[in-house]
Amino acid sequence: MLAILEYKAGNQTSVRRALEHLGIPCTVTADPDVLLGAQGIIFPGVGAAGQAMNHLREAGLDRVLRQAIDAGQPLLGICLGCQILLESSEENDVRTLGVVPGRCLRFAGDLRQEDGSPAPVPHMGWNSLTLHRPGRLLAHLAPDAEFYFVHGYYVEPAPELVMATTRYGREFCSVYGRDGLWAVQFHLEKSGRPGLQILRNFFDYCREVRHAQ
Amino acid sequence: MLSKRVIPCLDVRAGRLTKGIRFAGNEDIGDPVESARRYYEEGADEIVFYDITASAEERGIFLDVVERVAEQIFIPFCVGGGISSVADMRAVLVAGAEKVSINSAAVKNPQLISDGAAAFGVQAIVVGMDVLRVPVSESIPSGYEIVIHGGRKRMGLDAIAWARRCQELGAGELCVNSIDADGTRDGYELTLTRAISDAVSIPVIASGGAGNPEHMYEAVSTGGASAALIASIVHYGQYTIRQCKEEMARRGAKVRLTW
Repeated sequence: MLAILEYKAGNQTSVRRALEHLGIPCTVTADPDVLLGAQGIIFPGVGAAGQAMNHLREAGLDRVLRQAIDAGQPLLGICLGCQILLESSEENDVRTLGVVPGRCLRFAGDLRQEDGSPAPVPHMGWNSLTLHRPGRLLAHLAPDAEFYFVHGYYVEPAPELVMATTRYGREFCSVYGRDGLWAVQFHLEKSGRPGLQILRNFFDYCREVRHAQ
Repeated sequence: MLSKRVIPCLDVRAGRLTKGIRFAGNEDIGDPVESARRYYEEGADEIVFYDITASAEERGIFLDVVERVAEQIFIPFCVGGGISSVADMRAVLVAGAEKVSINSAAVKNPQLISDGAAAFGVQAIVVGMDVLRVPVSESIPSGYEIVIHGGRKRMGLDAIAWARRCQELGAGELCVNSIDADGTRDGYELTLTRAISDAVSIPVIASGGAGNPEHMYEAVSTGGASAALIASIVHYGQYTIRQCKEEMARRGAKVRLTW
């Protein structure tokens, strides 16, 4: 079973619906025991970094997330979750969880797309990935698969963790991580079949890890 | 680079899909959930639902449709029609929509745009604009006027000025519907679409007049739009979404072709 972290900055319902559609057992929870006992944790999020961090700290969920990662429990961050796994965010100028080296930065306001048209912020819509280190998470994807993005800030993790990048006015990291600790900037629960494939890949990994133990 | 989006629009009345131009038709043409799923599988980038009913009872049925759609399609979708308060917005977003579209209510109470953006983020707020071509005048310098109630009521508001105001207030996107082109199938009102696209930096969705995929290509090239809204050309099987997108791509638009 996968646990979807419940806190006041989440898109938990749409993630749950996507997992249910795939037949993957899941629960939306803020209970530390349930979270730490799950095969894997999904850490979603929408909204602003500062507020999300406040919610997590108030509920003690920042410690639970660190504990899960320290214990090697598989974890997948989505969108805001992807951003606040890093050390800091320019959004609200806030220190974030710091479980992955790197930071989250603001898109400049005067970006241009490749065809010269303006690249307004937030970056919203369908865009593709350039895979650098696909790994388990990004297996079985068509090379031109596109994903649905909505974000005004982009992540800059340690370079060796970058798995995929996307171009929007500039090149930025859209997927980072290592086996068992991954994060995606886009909304894979709203990215059609390729997004669902990534959720499936994550669950398959979680199951194998559990079997191996 | 972002792909240009293709967005089928479904009019829903009492939980059923209805025919034709908004406000005019009420012929039952099917189940909106089934249609949404078909468009999702055919490669729609987003779907818009308009609730064209008014009664509270039918509103409940509509929210149930929104929830059932959210369980079956895994792309963003937007809900419009009858939304006039932050509470209305919350109801459809909680039911599973990513975005809400407000139209007449925003014209009557522009603060609804900023209140919605503050509560749910700019990405969730689409402002729909119904626009009529009129003689250029002092109050309508662009020659495009905002109308409400399906074009029946002129508001004395210049469409370009209104578009800029919507952006300032926190609209994440504008859906620009030409009353003149709507239902004609002769193509989008490209001059209007381009004028609005040039006036704002947020994405513009072209609406009204699509008769074939070439029109859709024109909307995102000549018109400068980020997305093309379509209805009848796909509702009656004249084109599939894939055919539309392949033709747009052949002409040089970047669209999403793998799903």
